[in-house]
Amino acid sequence: MNNLRQERDKIAKQSLLGLVDGFYQQLEDQTIPTLVLPTRTKNNIEYNDESEVWVYGDKESARSAKTVKGARQILKMSYTAELLIKEHLENNRGSTLRELYYISENWDIAKFNEQPESDRMIEDLEIVTSMQREDFHMRPEEDGATVFGDLRLKETTKRGERIIHCRNDVGEGGYQIPFSVDNVEFLDHDAKFIIAIETGGMYARLIENGFDEEHNAILVHLKGQPARSTRRTLKRLNEELNLPVVVFTDGDPWSYRIFASVAYGAIKSAHMSEYMATPAARFIGVQPSDIVEYDLSTDKLTDQDIKALRSELSDPRFDSEYWKTQIKLQLDIGKKAEQQAFAGKGLDFVTQRYLPERLTEMGIM
Amino acid sequence: MAAPIAEELAKKQRAISIAEFFEKNRQILGFDSGPRSLLTAVKEAVDNALDACEEASILPDILVSIEDAGGDNVTLIVEDNGPGIVKEQIPKTFAKLLYGSRFYAIKQSRGQQGIGISAAVLYSQLTTGKPARIISKIDRDKPAHFYKLVINTSTNEPEILEEKEVEWDRPRGTRIEMEMKAAYIKGRRQSVVEYLKSTSIVNTHARLTLVEPDGNSIVFDRVTDSLPEPAQEILPHPEGIELGTLIKMLRYTDRQKLAPFLRYSFSKIGLHTAEEICKAAHLDPDSDPHNITLEEAKKLISAFKKVKIMAPPTDCLSPITESLIYKGLEKEYSVDFIATVTRAASVHSGHPFLVEAGIAYGGTLGKEDRVAILRFANRVPLMYQQGGCAITHAVENIRWKNYSINQPGGGLPTGPAVIVVHVASTHIPFTSESKDAVADVPEIMNEIELALKDAARKLKIYLSKQVNLSKRREKEEIIKKLLPRIAEKVSQVVEKPTPDITPIVAKIMGNLLVYRIISKNGDGYLVDILIKNYSSANMTINLHDTHQYPIRDADPEPKVISLGKDTDYIWKLDVRSSSNLTIRYHLPFVSEDEANSLPSLIVEGVDEALVNGARAVRGYVD
Repeated sequence: MNNLRQERDKIAKQSLLGLVDGFYQQLEDQTIPTLVLPTRTKNNIEYNDESEVWVYGDKESARSAKTVKGARQILKMSYTAELLIKEHLENNRGSTLRELYYISENWDIAKFNEQPESDRMIEDLEIVTSMQREDFHMRPEEDGATVFGDLRLKETTKRGERIIHCRNDVGEGGYQIPFSVDNVEFLDHDAKFIIAIETGGMYARLIENGFDEEHNAILVHLKGQPARSTRRTLKRLNEELNLPVVVFTDGDPWSYRIFASVAYGAIKSAHMSEYMATPAARFIGVQPSDIVEYDLSTDKLTDQDIKALRSELSDPRFDSEYWKTQIKLQLDIGKKAEQQAFAGKGLDFVTQRYLPERLTEMGIM
Repeated sequence: MAAPIAEELAKKQRAISIAEFFEKNRQILGFDSGPRSLLTAVKEAVDNALDACEEASILPDILVSIEDAGGDNVTLIVEDNGPGIVKEQIPKTFAKLLYGSRFYAIKQSRGQQGIGISAAVLYSQLTTGKPARIISKIDRDKPAHFYKLVINTSTNEPEILEEKEVEWDRPRGTRIEMEMKAAYIKGRRQSVVEYLKSTSIVNTHARLTLVEPDGNSIVFDRVTDSLPEPAQEILPHPEGIELGTLIKMLRYTDRQKLAPFLRYSFSKIGLHTAEEICKAAHLDPDSDPHNITLEEAKKLISAFKKVKIMAPPTDCLSPITESLIYKGLEKEYSVDFIATVTRAASVHSGHPFLVEAGIAYGGTLGKEDRVAILRFANRVPLMYQQGGCAITHAVENIRWKNYSINQPGGGLPTGPAVIVVHVASTHIPFTSESKDAVADVPEIMNEIELALKDAARKLKIYLSKQVNLSKRREKEEIIKKLLPRIAEKVSQVVEKPTPDITPIVAKIMGNLLVYRIISKNGDGYLVDILIKNYSSANMTINLHDTHQYPIRDADPEPKVISLGKDTDYIWKLDVRSSSNLTIRYHLPFVSEDEANSLPSLIVEGVDEALVNGARAVRGYVD
């Protein structure tokens, strides 16, 4: 195990111990154990000018052992912290969120009643310690996405360090991002920008057409709504390698939300925004204006789509001239298009024409 | 010359029999809709059966069976184990309106007018053309008699279609079978099932069995084997008597002199009172009652009001009693709490009456539902016209919010409760002949309200105890289960000794915390006694620290009482709400073991439940 990882485990352990010791001190000082958390509701989310992402505001709520509910939460938190300290961090083990829920079966009155409760407890611990669940070796259930391109990196694994080139050392699928992105160190690269792609079809098309080599691009497959590790990877690639990030999705309201979670952060995990959001990320398409301009084959907007678009018009994250124009246009034409719609113009249309034109327009190429 | 028109008209005029009258006006007796007709017929038959059994001191066992008779018709069979009816009386009892034994008796009973069951027979024959079939048997060794009867409506006399002796497996009892146009329904308050359920709640000595048209049978079983105290027959009370009734009594009496007439025709008139009444009416006590004129009768009536006459006797009433209403509710509802009240007897226009009430609360009853009101008059459930009834009006008059029950819009209350009100009287003032609702007589309304308030007060005490208990239980869960586990787990994680959580327990409970901190000080030890009052009340206590060691430099100084080997050091302290006090003294020349094994402190003057960290004893602190 390398020093970097040991160091982070130590910090994680210290912050969890600090939390539990806080309760201990309260007991020693004869005060009723109390836990203070930011209020996790929509009206306690605010835009941080400095980091350009949405974070929790300063509204706080306290849970005290004066009530049964509060006492239970503190007890469960103590049990969870013990598991993370003694099993995960001291023994270098890990569990998934689902496993945590099952592990708590043995905790008697401290056990969780349902998985959302244990998931929330991990989020609470992230918030009070200002750390990430990956730091506690808490694995998500979903896979990380994949990366393809001229990038060499070093991954610290259980079986030692591995140096991997994300094009030469991997298959057509690409390099799979591990759940703990901070075990990865970027060594060198020959890239000018990063293109994050929503669908597998388009990711494969770009690889097949050699788009990465021709244009010095690193391709990242988002696999729909991106996992935390994928968003963290994009942020690190953007910041550490100083590479611009563009997001290529379908042309529908749900895809715009994928873009927003990459660029601005998600409301549900606002405490992680500064860690995971890439405010510099830009939307490349499919834009509603592309539907008109390239006369793409389309589907009709459903009632759900229209509702989602309207709600985006009042979402502070989409409060810009660009998005307002695009969303209004889409509502006007009543149509949506998939990334694959470009195939109607020929298999190479997207790599030969659409992307080069858009990237030039955006000043990236 | 034509005859005067009046003579022509006179030819058309003739007397109508009571049976003809009800033939045309059957809704007056409760035979309007299909479901209601069945319910009324069941009610009349069951009331008769219950009355007959009680009069004969027999525990009632009544079967009500309803069969589908095709079309819109059902067959109703009601069978009892009562005393039976002698052969000669069977036809008139069932097939002559206004025939009965109870009309002239002044006592509490279910039926009074002698209309009920013959009205059901009349309705049955009107709607199906079929006769009623009756079997009755008065003794194990006597034959059972079977009759097929109809009422001749123009004469109001029974017509016997068939009459014979039959075998009947019952030792005794009466069975009536009628086919009628009616409908069997379920699932609402005004149904046969609900009627029998209600009947069973206030007739806990009866077993009622219902066989539904689909063959399903429901038993409402008895919870007591003792019959209700039989109601005694009484003479009319002078207070409520009307002029016409008085004149009738005077004309038909066997007495030859006025004073004995008064004495023996009315209740609560003795020798002395009779003479006083005569004097007040300026009448000769020896005058012949048959010769009393209208004017003199009026004088008697006003004399009744001038002379003080005792209230009528109440042994003519048969209350259900608090314990049997309780048991009746308990067997039919699954609830958490029941309060019942039986008021003392009272009088309305000369008629004795009494009110009983019960409130059943919680359990499986709906929290958001209107409170169900079960109304009873002389143990008979009232099923219709709830809105027009004195019982409902009395319920609405009460401010239920004062008793922790919601009353949205000020009308009927809502919540998980059932209210039972029973009015028992020798004369129930109904609002109509179908006996559905009690009239708003002020004396009765007042008694109902008092009974309900009394029961509601008991409920409120129960509810407020529940609130305190649940708060206490919540705190106990924290203190007994959660807090010790938090302390244990947290200490394990940080690998430090488990802290003493007594002070936090005191804080959460809102108690008085008393504890000793002992620290090394030169050759001896320093003792600090900390007293914290976490409650919202100011407390005055005596604090006793009793041990065998001399103390020095105490601040403040205690009162010292020698107890032989030990010494009791006593501090009288005023500890204001949310404040702290500290007592400090030095304990020289003791070992570490001795210092750490001082006996526990004793607090005098505070309830044990309010003290943590020390022993509490009762005592007076002056």
